[in-house]
Amino acid sequence: MTNSSSPDGVMLTERPSGRSATTGARARMSPRRRSEITWALTFVAPAVLGFVLLKAMPILFSLYIAMTDWSAVGNAHWVGLDNFEKMLFADPLFWRSLEVTAYYTLVSVPASMAFAFFLATLLNQRIPGLGIFRTIFYIPSIVPIIASTVIWLWMFNPDFGLFNSVLGAFGIPKMQYIFSEEQVVPSLVFMSIWGVGPMMIIFLAGLQEVPKELYEAADIDGSNAWHKLVHITLPMMTPTILFNLMISMVAAFQTFVQPFIMTNGGPNNGSLFFVFWIYRKAFQDSQMGYASALAWALFIIISVLSYLIFRTSNRWVFYRGGDN
Amino acid sequence: MSAMEHDTSIGDTLIRNAPGVNKRRLAFLLCVLLSVAMILPLAWLARSSLMEMGQIFIFPPEWIPNPFAWHNYPDALTTIPFFLYLWNSALVVVPTILGTLFSCSLAAYAFARLRWPFRDQIFAVLMATLMLPYVITLIPTFLIWSGLGFVDTYVPLIVPHWLGTNVFYIFLLRQFFKALPKELDEAATIDGAHIVQVFWYIVLPLSRPALLVVAILSGLGAWNDFVDPLVYINSSEKYTVALGLSQFVGLYTSQWSLLMAAATVVIIPVIIVFFFTQRYFMTSITMTGLKG
Repeated sequence: MTNSSSPDGVMLTERPSGRSATTGARARMSPRRRSEITWALTFVAPAVLGFVLLKAMPILFSLYIAMTDWSAVGNAHWVGLDNFEKMLFADPLFWRSLEVTAYYTLVSVPASMAFAFFLATLLNQRIPGLGIFRTIFYIPSIVPIIASTVIWLWMFNPDFGLFNSVLGAFGIPKMQYIFSEEQVVPSLVFMSIWGVGPMMIIFLAGLQEVPKELYEAADIDGSNAWHKLVHITLPMMTPTILFNLMISMVAAFQTFVQPFIMTNGGPNNGSLFFVFWIYRKAFQDSQMGYASALAWALFIIISVLSYLIFRTSNRWVFYRGGDN
Repeated sequence: MSAMEHDTSIGDTLIRNAPGVNKRRLAFLLCVLLSVAMILPLAWLARSSLMEMGQIFIFPPEWIPNPFAWHNYPDALTTIPFFLYLWNSALVVVPTILGTLFSCSLAAYAFARLRWPFRDQIFAVLMATLMLPYVITLIPTFLIWSGLGFVDTYVPLIVPHWLGTNVFYIFLLRQFFKALPKELDEAATIDGAHIVQVFWYIVLPLSRPALLVVAILSGLGAWNDFVDPLVYINSSEKYTVALGLSQFVGLYTSQWSLLMAAATVVIIPVIIVFFFTQRYFMTSITMTGLKG
């Protein structure tokens, strides 16, 4: 705050490189420039402090905890990589939760992306009532997660729920949905599709950026709708697809509230999601050390997957040159 | 008049026979059907919230409550101490909004319009934290707050927002600030305005739409947040609405109509806010996806 009393304002334009820039000496920096730097540092101070105290330090701290037997009672002891060894070789539920989470991610991400893309293409047509449809398709995604889990819990109710009533009207026998080990993940995928609103809006914005001339040219060439989709729309949309893929993959891997409220990880651990398993270990069994090791495993898995998607993206993502 | 009618009918015929009209009709039909499907869970919620216990368990189910059991709402709101939870939520939501606006707008201004060493590198590092799974910081952060004696208070729920930990909002505001014409603050600077004055009197007033988006999104985020209150709040008299509703699920699972009434009450404020601010909502989402 050395220059806080300085009456100088700030120049946001590029200054001529004559005075301070060439010498680079702090002492010869103009007071105005120094004031700008001082104020900038003051302004970012809360955010940088937040990064250091609530992101960077906790990550390092977490790595340390993962190497200990930290629990609610007694002192923590250094155990090295024991937690990771236990996770890989002596905890069948680690593998179970990984399997459940991977299964859910592999199905829900493509399913919700396909549905969101489909809704976006519908909204990209010139039909009456577009604004109303867009609002209706979007609304489910703003329903608080705690409320939507309650609604779906009731709709999945095998005896009095909506789904079995509708299916029953067609003579289809009752299903158990989230109360069956086999059906619980598909049921939760179905539920996730309900909330594709934001993804749909992002796809819609992407669709509206595809140059109309490309379709006109294709029309002249006599292309049908399928060809236009495969050869124009999809290639032009690949940056948007990559963005939605990354976001929804990371989110799907962190699914927590659905198993916590709806299934308690069951039946028979059929919905034992990874983050739910971490939560149980940390906050119900007080095994902070082991839970931190699990959290690091999740971190590594997500990082590796993101890296792989990103690395392969140059083979399938098409960036329009020039305008960005 | 008659000439005009004549014209329209010719136009109609042309449109009807033009290629793509059937496609558009199909799209419209699909939109209607899908709208019904998307609304169905909410309709099921509303219908269940207004039924007597006897009617809710009739099979096959009925859609129209008979009679309308409006008393479910006062019943639900008194069975759980709803107004206490509402007050608790306000105690979290309001400071969260203020803190987010404070820390994120200042940081965004420094990143967007001031020149200082390592600016872009620091911004990149902050942005990278968006990819961080929240559980990895949850446990150590909990242990830190616990060591400081702040468990079962709202401090761990509020303080992070005063420290700009939701980097997404910094990003959003930075995008907006960058788009403002530079000539404005240059002119003000020539007139002798200080950085703080430029920020307060020029940049902030021009950025009201973006600030509103951030206020809404962070407020809704705090209202909907379930995991942090679950981890940090122990005493039931300190529960927020979201956490309180989750306790209701465990205790009253057989009383579906009360549960549905309570869920409706949690949703309604969100829907109201959404309807008034829909335009900003949609814009902010597209900003995340495409630019930057």
